[in-house]
Amino acid sequence: MRRFTWFNATSLTLGFAFLYLPMVILIVYSFNASELVTVWAGFSTKWYGELLQNEAFLDAAWVTIQVAVISSTIATVLGTMAAYVLVRAGRFAGRTLFSGMIYAPLVMPEVITGLSLLLLFIGIGLDRGVLTIILAHTTFSMCYVSVVVSSRLVSFDRSLEEAALDLGCTSMEAFRLVTLPIIAPAVISGWLLAFTLSLDDLVIASFTAGPSATTLPIKIWSSIRLGVSPEINALSTLLIAIVAVGVITASLITKRAALRQEAEERAAIRA
Amino acid sequence: MRRVALIAVPYLWLLALFLVPFIIVLKISLSDYDLSIPPYSPTLDLSSGWEGLKSFFGALDFENFTFLTTDDLYWKAYLSSVRIAVIATFCTLLVGYPIAYGMANAPDHWRPTLMMLVILPFWTSFLIRVYSWMGILSTEGYLNQLLIGMGLISEPLTILNTNTAVYIGIVYTYLPFMILPIYSTLERMDASLLEAAEDLGCSRIEAFWLVTFPLSRNGIIAGCFLVFIPTIGEFVIPALLGGSDTLMIGKVLWEEFFNNRDWPVASAVAVILLLILIIPIILFQRNEQKQREAEG
Repeated sequence: MRRFTWFNATSLTLGFAFLYLPMVILIVYSFNASELVTVWAGFSTKWYGELLQNEAFLDAAWVTIQVAVISSTIATVLGTMAAYVLVRAGRFAGRTLFSGMIYAPLVMPEVITGLSLLLLFIGIGLDRGVLTIILAHTTFSMCYVSVVVSSRLVSFDRSLEEAALDLGCTSMEAFRLVTLPIIAPAVISGWLLAFTLSLDDLVIASFTAGPSATTLPIKIWSSIRLGVSPEINALSTLLIAIVAVGVITASLITKRAALRQEAEERAAIRA
Repeated sequence: MRRVALIAVPYLWLLALFLVPFIIVLKISLSDYDLSIPPYSPTLDLSSGWEGLKSFFGALDFENFTFLTTDDLYWKAYLSSVRIAVIATFCTLLVGYPIAYGMANAPDHWRPTLMMLVILPFWTSFLIRVYSWMGILSTEGYLNQLLIGMGLISEPLTILNTNTAVYIGIVYTYLPFMILPIYSTLERMDASLLEAAEDLGCSRIEAFWLVTFPLSRNGIIAGCFLVFIPTIGEFVIPALLGGSDTLMIGKVLWEEFFNNRDWPVASAVAVILLLILIIPIILFQRNEQKQREAEG
């Protein structure tokens, strides 16, 4: 017997107000005409106009998107492979070390990951730039991808894979025709997770980016260290809007795909 | 053959970009600061063969670690990080538990939406979420404007650049990590247990403390670790919201590296930070394992 009490209603209202009010305020004040961010002086979209003319921000945004797309794609491939190895490959030499290396980056402080990668890049004489940020982002986001994908791999009915093998598929075909379609929602959400992690990352990018490549978070960081600015409010609003639209669309799509898949799996078993 | 390739590719990637970098950090933490490029010595020179290797290992020492214990900035920073993380984790629990409890009691058809509302901020840029509090908490910020406007205070409060602001920032950004595990244990709880407790004469509040709360223990423990572990090494929150007297080890490491350019000391700071983190990480994994066994 679960009762939704007044206490529950109040704590949900206050809780979600706490979670969302700061962002709502940020969004509202991004349309503030005043140069002084905390004083309201009428509605204006001028900060958006200025933002779109700020070359440094646009360049940084372009670098960030390139890094995010490439690193999350490689991370999805590697992370899916790693998940498959963890769940399906059985025992092999060094398995403990392998699973340790998958889980460790999830709890590692970003300052340590950043520092260690930087020291590696300097040690092997790799110039810091877009490539080093991509390598760094791929490494930590592949671990997140592999956690997401392996939880899906664990839960799916393995006899479907075995049936495909019995029916004459090679293991590669079985993976492509049976396993991959089933784990696809997890692979997609893994990619999205890797993509947003890469978009967001400040600390690791600051260590691994050289003077030749600046990402958006690094750019935002150097300007908010000096205090609140209306241009950053406008930029934040755009980023929040993109994420909100992206997450809501993605969750609708994966939900629909999961429902359809469940129905298909059930139909296949019955048939 | 294919199996070998499947294992080898992610394995080698992680070895090269996760494990090897750590060994390098460990090595540099044992090296000496030097005015050269790279700014430490010795550097490993394999061309001189065995002799080079011998002189390389001979030159390594624990000097940086001794230095960390003599300069009280460092151990104060470690202690203060742990203290801030403990207090902030407790505050997050106080804020997060009622929300998770409310979600678990909410009507079924609300739950997916409520879940989405908890997860959504997690996808939004961490930096922006921390930044959003700068405008609220500053001296001429929205909170002070509101409080002065309501006549509650006459002088603006100084909150930004204090530890209070750091606590607010941590609670705000890590709240989803606390809510989700607690919610998932509360949601799975058998609601008829509460009925039984009430039939046996418990009041609703007693039933909560005697039944619901103990049964959500695993969620609380998991949530606390998920907040505590990343908070210890946190850099962005103390750097943006904290003041000059906010000591956190992540910030010290950053400054040691970027401002002082003392790589060996920064590496030693990182090694100790990891050693501190190993205990809660092991405890966390043991808790997860126990839970999995209890369910399986």
